[in-house]
Amino acid sequence: MTDPTGYRRPDPATQPPYDVPAYGSTHHRHPKQALVRVPHTLTEVSGPRFSPAWYAPHADLSTLNGKAALGERIIVAGRVLDEDGRPVRGAMVEVWQANAAGRYHHPGDQHDAPLDPNFLGRGRVFTDEEGSYRFTTIRPGAYPWRNHPNAWRPVHIHFSLFGAGFAQRLITQMYFPGDPLLAYDPIFNGIADAAARERLIARFDLDITEPEWALGYRFDIVLRGREATPFENDGAH
Amino acid sequence: MTAATASQTAGPYWHLIDFPEWADLLRADGPNAGVAGGERIVLTGRVTDGQGAPVADAMVEIWQADPEGRYDGAFHGFGRCGTDADGMFRFVTLKPGPVPGRGNQTQAPHVVLSIFARGLLKPLVTRLYFEGEALNETDPVLQAVTPARRATLIARPTGAPGEWRLDIRLQGEGETVFLDI
Ligand SMILES: [Fe+3]
Repeated sequence: MTDPTGYRRPDPATQPPYDVPAYGSTHHRHPKQALVRVPHTLTEVSGPRFSPAWYAPHADLSTLNGKAALGERIIVAGRVLDEDGRPVRGAMVEVWQANAAGRYHHPGDQHDAPLDPNFLGRGRVFTDEEGSYRFTTIRPGAYPWRNHPNAWRPVHIHFSLFGAGFAQRLITQMYFPGDPLLAYDPIFNGIADAAARERLIARFDLDITEPEWALGYRFDIVLRGREATPFENDGAH
Repeated sequence: MTAATASQTAGPYWHLIDFPEWADLLRADGPNAGVAGGERIVLTGRVTDGQGAPVADAMVEIWQADPEGRYDGAFHGFGRCGTDADGMFRFVTLKPGPVPGRGNQTQAPHVVLSIFARGLLKPLVTRLYFEGEALNETDPVLQAVTPARRATLIARPTGAPGEWRLDIRLQGEGETVFLDI
């Protein structure tokens, strides 16, 4: 049986480490032993397929029971590609976020900002044949957290993605251009490589923007690509 | 080539994408409703941090083969479970079969476990194996782990019918072996 082609290993500078001293919650949660590197087998190169029949899409977060949520309506769209630029088709994309006031519809969020009865802040969409996805939501608010004195998370939307292989599983956050809080955020700045950080920031896009309706932001996401296929033995030709 | 997008923490509010029924892979109205055969099992365990405190806000996901060891059959081997106040997770699923490894190797039956949580900027990935499986002795991943730490990957029967338990220690004494995949 032929071995499956594995996924490429990331340049460590482009991914955050487990131990980030400036991010307090990592202190007691990061492993201290070295991870054991596993060559990719069927277990890592295969992955769950999510059928919209079982996992119903929900692409409009901006209304609930026909009532509009408060805040600035936005459209977020982009493509999910692999490192070689190939579209990732049929990928399930889950998103969750705070409301316009910076409060999550979550019992653990006790920030003194109003809840919006018309905003839950979660969605689910699937990429199409071009790897494109799109959803409508409300621009979230910044919110305080207790990581350090006067700590505020930059405005962000959480993204969860499943590619074709389990090794491509990704949870990340989309940030907004020009946010002054990015410079102070240890989660964003846990990534050493500046270009990799920059790619977590969506771009305003007039082509996605709909007149008289909503501003548009583009956020493209890249999942791990396959390792180069080894050259076949020339002797066989 | 553009490098893969950077991972970020799921944070403390990921429950907005928690659907507790996903922890039961055999649920009557789920993708495995029509799948017949196999041994029903329960996988449970506690996630604790470097101070031994329960991790009460973790998202645990599993990925596994079907009872024949296939990933491309009808069985949907994915589940998601949030830990409770005691750091406990619990999945209902079918026991996976042995899976082909690289070369001519065979992997012992196993379930991949991924932990996402506040304080984890990327997931911690490990595997759950089953105590008493003869193939454990030759499994390539278990063999790559020092014998002293191998037990952190091997679930044991709890005594309840079909129930297996594997605790996950993120840091410190008895730290779980995590995998770089
Ligand atoms: Fe958040």
